[in-house]
Amino acid sequence: MDCLKVKRIRNCDEGNPTKTTTEQDKVEDVVDRLFNMFIKKSKIDPDAPLLLRKEHILYLKQSLTYLPAAYACLDSSRPWMCYWICHSLALLDYQLDSGMKSHIAKFLDKCQSSQGGFGGGPGQAPHLASTYAAVQALCCLGTEEAFEVINREKLKSFLMSTKCSTGAFSLEVDGEVDIRGAYCAAAVATITNLNTDVLFEKTAAWILSCQTYEGGFAGYPGLEAHGGYTFCGVAALTLLNSVYLCDTKALLRWCTNRQMRFEGGFQGRTNKLVDGCYSFWQGGVFPIIYEMLNGEVGESVVLDEHLFSNKALQEYILICCQAPFGGLIDKPEKARDIYHTCYTLSGLSVAQHLPNGKADIVGDETNLLMPTHPLYNIEKNCLKKAVAYFSSKTKL
Amino acid sequence: MSSSSDEECSDYPRYRDRPEWKDVQPITQDDGEYPVVAIDYSDQYRDVYDYFRGIVARQEKSERALQLCTDALTLNPANYTVWHYRRQILKHLNSDLAKEIEYISDVIGEHPKNYQVWHHRRVIVDWHGDGSLECPFTEEMLRADAKNYHVWQHRQWALSKFKMFDGELEFTERLLEDDVRNNSVWNHRFFVLSSTKEQFSNVLADREIDFVITKLQIALYNESVWNYARGILLYCDSDGPKAKLLKFCNDIYGKGDHGEHSIYLFMFLADNSVEDIENGSGDTNTKLTLATKLYSELALKYDIIRTSYWNFVTQDLRRRFPSSMVE
Repeated sequence: MDCLKVKRIRNCDEGNPTKTTTEQDKVEDVVDRLFNMFIKKSKIDPDAPLLLRKEHILYLKQSLTYLPAAYACLDSSRPWMCYWICHSLALLDYQLDSGMKSHIAKFLDKCQSSQGGFGGGPGQAPHLASTYAAVQALCCLGTEEAFEVINREKLKSFLMSTKCSTGAFSLEVDGEVDIRGAYCAAAVATITNLNTDVLFEKTAAWILSCQTYEGGFAGYPGLEAHGGYTFCGVAALTLLNSVYLCDTKALLRWCTNRQMRFEGGFQGRTNKLVDGCYSFWQGGVFPIIYEMLNGEVGESVVLDEHLFSNKALQEYILICCQAPFGGLIDKPEKARDIYHTCYTLSGLSVAQHLPNGKADIVGDETNLLMPTHPLYNIEKNCLKKAVAYFSSKTKL
Repeated sequence: MSSSSDEECSDYPRYRDRPEWKDVQPITQDDGEYPVVAIDYSDQYRDVYDYFRGIVARQEKSERALQLCTDALTLNPANYTVWHYRRQILKHLNSDLAKEIEYISDVIGEHPKNYQVWHHRRVIVDWHGDGSLECPFTEEMLRADAKNYHVWQHRQWALSKFKMFDGELEFTERLLEDDVRNNSVWNHRFFVLSSTKEQFSNVLADREIDFVITKLQIALYNESVWNYARGILLYCDSDGPKAKLLKFCNDIYGKGDHGEHSIYLFMFLADNSVEDIENGSGDTNTKLTLATKLYSELALKYDIIRTSYWNFVTQDLRRRFPSSMVE
């Protein structure tokens, strides 16, 4: 593995294999083959590994207009698909034309409920996750037409209707309660300038009760620490100005230990398999942690490097997670989809941009993606524009 | 994204062709003038959902509407709006909830990683007020995938709701026999202890550390056990259990047979030294020397993917305890 930037160490089962180690071995075998192929290729191709920018853009643009029948299982996640595509394209520095931007904004308006908030598709009941996705997508579009789609007054009453007495949020009225709800509500409310102390009363304390003995956050108190839920918990606490209350040291230890010694990508939980999407869910927590560390030291310390191996992560993504005809994937031999394309690209962006603002790119310079804001996962310029727009609106 | 249900139901008579449904006005989906992320729905999907919108519009809550929901959910079990309406019908008809639990068991069997199906089960079981099926059901689901997050979440809810913690520790022990590296089981064990004990007694912590040691003897390179031990010690105010685990670690460390498999042992010993320094126990310089030595071995030799982290931890230590630094 000499041509890789970071030396890789294989898993060991100490003579006592269990399902965890046999599955891990299988993944490492496939990744090993890809690394070896890459090493041969890189001897004749100095640009390798290359981000298949054109292919990814084409795949995303196609998905924006047409999805095959197999996507029916995502029929209640259409605002999500808009967000995943628009954000991925923004990271790839691809500008949608104004006509398409207008079409997306109009479609999302069709998903907006008369009760406030957005549903998973036209005519569907409002849902906090769909609402988050729709607001994020509209912010990625960045036009006045897009911003104006959001009925802030009704959105606020929808957010209130999902608030529980414990401080947590349910994903829909009478729906499941978990940490995603708190994050979606915090993100939507802060970006659209609707956050109030009443809306988030007791929320931070509830989120803190989800931090587990491992250091990461669970979806609900008592459950296992998990990458996606950890991002939700840490980002929401930061948005609610309460992140200093969590155990930073344990969080950092847990997050760094999720990076796989051999693959270089992240796993979502202890002793689970690598998955490209955790490149963001875990990787995206690091920039938030850097801010937390600054607060603790009491002086501004700018790190010159990431506290995970950003080179190994870039190698995993570029060598193992790109589908040949565009789109990114969970792990080798899996099929591409828009979700994994979005979060794997987002993780790549985090890995490329150092805490000190400099770029650190594996492979060709053209691999560089636009930077993403770690709390919202929206491209930074888009976010700035959206925040400026909504901060001029009155608090409701 | 592999829904083969479309093909399975292709012979199914369409609602629009059924005479008994003539009274319902189907409503097509309004995607607006410029649909984006447009799914190429099958003919059956369109038919079923057009009629679903039709019955919602007239708020029909009948047996046939319930059947229509079943069809709609077979085509897309993630449509939370349909699940919600289904529950309204069940309530309105005062339906047999035991039968509904049978139905949802089948759906979960086919879609074990879907949020909506688990939520539906939880609501129905709650209405039914009988949690007796939940342990056997989740146990069966864990046989297929012992790390399925939804299953553990449901089991924890049911255990708490119906106060069914008896035998649960033994259950985790059985699962750890199958796979000592299954982190979900370790987490569950921690949950069971925290739910059943007012606080971690020292006796309990001592017993758990014994348990941890037997599992470390099977595999040392198993982060789950180390994290669990950390958790137990965090809630224990006696030094006994910690001393016991430290002795076990020092014995292995002293043998000098180090390699990649020792990294969690290194981390534990190093972090423990730092804690001692923070608490002012033991000789600070000795502890610092040990901690920095272990961190440096991790950074340079055994855990190089985390080199920058181990360097950061070392620098942080130097910053906090500058005067006592040897070297």
